[in-house]
Amino acid sequence: QMAPSVFCLLIRTIRTARTQAEEREMIQKECAAIRSSFREEDNTYRCRNVAKLLYMHMLGYPAHFGQLECLKLIASQKFTDKRIGYLGAMLLLDERQDVHLLMTNCIKNDLNHSTQYVQGLALCTLGCMGSSEMCRDLAGEVEKLLKTSNSYLRKKAALCAVHVIRKVPELMEMFLPATKNLLNEKNHGVLHTSVVLLTEMCERSPDMLAHFRKLVPQLVRILKNLIMSGYSPEHDVSGISDPFLQVRILRLLRILGRNDDDSSEAMNDILAQVATNTETSKNVGNAILYETVLTIMDIKSESGLRVLAINILGRFLLNNDKNIRYVALTSLLKTVQTDHNAVQRHRSTIVDCLKDLDVSIKRRAMELSFALVNGNNVRGMMKELLYFLDSCEPEFKADCASGIFLAAEKYAPSKRWHIDTIMRVLTTAGSYVRDDAVPNLIQLITNSVEMHAYTVQRLYKAILGDYSQQPLVQVASWCIGEYGDLLVSGQCEEEEPIQVTEDEVLDILESVLISNMSASVTRGYALTAIMKLSTRFTCTVNRIKKVVSIYGSSIDVELQQRAVEYNALFKKYDHMRPALLERMPVMEKATTNGPTEIVQTNGETEPAVLETKPPPSGLSCRSAAFLFSTGIPSITAYNKNGLKIDFTFERSNTNPSVTVITIQASNSTELDMTDFVFQAAVPKVEPWRAAYSDRLRASCKYFLISELVMAAYSDRLRASCKYFLISAFM
Amino acid sequence: GCLRQQTWKIHFILLFSRQGKLRLQKWYTTLPDKEKKKIIREIVQIILSRNQKTSSFVDWKDLKLVYKRYASLYFCCAIEDQDNELLTLEVVHRYVELLDRYFGNVCELDIIFNFEKAYFILDEFIIGGEVQETSKRSAVKAIEDSDMLQETVEEYMNKPAF
Repeated sequence: QMAPSVFCLLIRTIRTARTQAEEREMIQKECAAIRSSFREEDNTYRCRNVAKLLYMHMLGYPAHFGQLECLKLIASQKFTDKRIGYLGAMLLLDERQDVHLLMTNCIKNDLNHSTQYVQGLALCTLGCMGSSEMCRDLAGEVEKLLKTSNSYLRKKAALCAVHVIRKVPELMEMFLPATKNLLNEKNHGVLHTSVVLLTEMCERSPDMLAHFRKLVPQLVRILKNLIMSGYSPEHDVSGISDPFLQVRILRLLRILGRNDDDSSEAMNDILAQVATNTETSKNVGNAILYETVLTIMDIKSESGLRVLAINILGRFLLNNDKNIRYVALTSLLKTVQTDHNAVQRHRSTIVDCLKDLDVSIKRRAMELSFALVNGNNVRGMMKELLYFLDSCEPEFKADCASGIFLAAEKYAPSKRWHIDTIMRVLTTAGSYVRDDAVPNLIQLITNSVEMHAYTVQRLYKAILGDYSQQPLVQVASWCIGEYGDLLVSGQCEEEEPIQVTEDEVLDILESVLISNMSASVTRGYALTAIMKLSTRFTCTVNRIKKVVSIYGSSIDVELQQRAVEYNALFKKYDHMRPALLERMPVMEKATTNGPTEIVQTNGETEPAVLETKPPPSGLSCRSAAFLFSTGIPSITAYNKNGLKIDFTFERSNTNPSVTVITIQASNSTELDMTDFVFQAAVPKVEPWRAAYSDRLRASCKYFLISELVMAAYSDRLRASCKYFLISAFM
Repeated sequence: GCLRQQTWKIHFILLFSRQGKLRLQKWYTTLPDKEKKKIIREIVQIILSRNQKTSSFVDWKDLKLVYKRYASLYFCCAIEDQDNELLTLEVVHRYVELLDRYFGNVCELDIIFNFEKAYFILDEFIIGGEVQETSKRSAVKAIEDSDMLQETVEEYMNKPAF
């Protein structure tokens, strides 16, 4: 009717283009023709040209020069023009362009047009793309149409009102009167859109929600009629009457029943009825069941109903249709906290989903599996999850590894099992393990005192063949450094002890140092491990000294610094070396989930909130005692331009847990010195982690310490910085 | 105070061929043209690379894509994360049925050569990302009646525009 042959001809022509360049050329030619036609203000061809433009726009070409033309079409008397004009407006215009406001008047007129299809076009356009200003201007018109008896218009007005409310929430109130008998309608379109409108209002305003609670009985009745009614060809979908409306009613009931006992009770029966009577052979029935389950779980339903809902989800899990399995897992993930036991019953089916081919299903199954691990099922579950870790896509490995570590820590049935599990993860997914896992694991291993020999042996064997997985190598290096003596003396009880010499151990650590696969951090671990072995090994101390001195000129600054300090340890501070490199004590974490908070207590005299238990007897006490019993020699920290600063250290007589550091500053010049500032620098690391920071231990940087601060920090320092080397330098 | 706000509307609908050519785009949110193009490219690529064994749902940014292939056309709906995916599949299916009823055994060519009709039909089914009509008959009848309102060539030529 719009001379379709000409329009089709254009499309046909463009489709004959064989290359992108050819197409572009055709389009450019056509656009030029269209532009000149627009300039000529030709009313006859405007519609056709805009239609052509819209086609080209869909192909990806710019069409903004047609925006005003759309407005002219909308203003035209011809229905054909209006139809294309409104379509063009919806495609080419949006609220970010000022020109869209020019539509407002046209829309206002068309909302009052004598032809309902014109009114419909206006309502649709306003409801799809109306800006806040347009909504404000036209809300009154929409409200009027919301009260019309013409169901064709009423349903559109309802959705238009929804859009207005979304754009300008303050206008919600004005639509309240019109909602009075919306649900009395027989027309499904009006019913559906009315439910959408009521839902929107209830979601946005607690007052509206309270006001509309009285509709629950009516909604229940409508839903019941839909279920009980006979076959209605108009609304039937595979034997179910108007599933769209059913779902929206279920959703509105959910919102009304939430946190309200009476409403929840009023809908209990209908929910049970839908849950048990809905046909499950097709997607449509399951869509309704799904919504029903969501509603049951969200309102204050009785436990029987909740179990019914979870069982529906359990059945979903067994469905051949992967879409159904997908939604089941999503929902179960939402309910696993609140209905844990009910979900547990479906554990094996959930675990089976780990083997699904769909990535989204796998992810959900993994998350759900972790949520279901407990003390009773941990062995079986970990087996499945470790297998999953082995075979899953790389995108899962980091999360899976972290999840396994967490679950193992919470529910490990034995220390041996725990270490084995950690080993398995490190060797399977060693390069995907997160950085923060390494200190966690080190702490875990340290605290499993009876497993030290076993652990170091397993770790040694693990990196012997392959030292490319950084987290594994870091943990292994650290362990070897700590427990290397157990390794060479073959003390392992859990399994057959291996025969390994001190040189062999140093070989592997040196290989790590040399390897270009080793990250700088890893090299640091290896070097420190080698250093520690100088007090644990007996035959190879010279070799160690040699290695350490070589790295004193490493181009890696970190490594160089450590090596220099370790050299100093061999030379100037050799008497401190044994105690400094002693076994790390068992350390308590303040919280079980992740690192503790760093608390800045600068200036406070009370130690921070962190629970630092007194160091257990044995190793740590010995270590702590060392530092303060033999005393640290005084140091001249600064001596320049006549200013000399000396540090002296003394155990307090009244409180042995306090160390007093005294600074003596002297001025040997003739002039006064002013603006002399003291600053205390304390390394900012999480306490328990700091204990394992060998860097910190080996070389606590340079600090000026005021007496007060030191006293305040002493407990914290002891708990957090076990050993420190104070360098004389400014 | 305000309750937690949950909108369940459809954010956008895309139709594209197996070669990734766009056949229809309906946006129920405001975005710059450039952004739309980027999104389309991204989503087309994601969906075309999915194999048969996967579900019809893809987590994408903070939305969910629900897609289904009918003959040579992919229909893709972007919904909120909390929305009912299974129902969205029914929404997509209903749209296909409406097209089929109107065009009679609809195929991709119908959508190409009569794309404006595809939009008109969609606009009778969905407004602002929400379903407005659940009766197949009513939606199609409205289009057919509107078609009757369109002027014939002669009428069009003779009728004044303003």
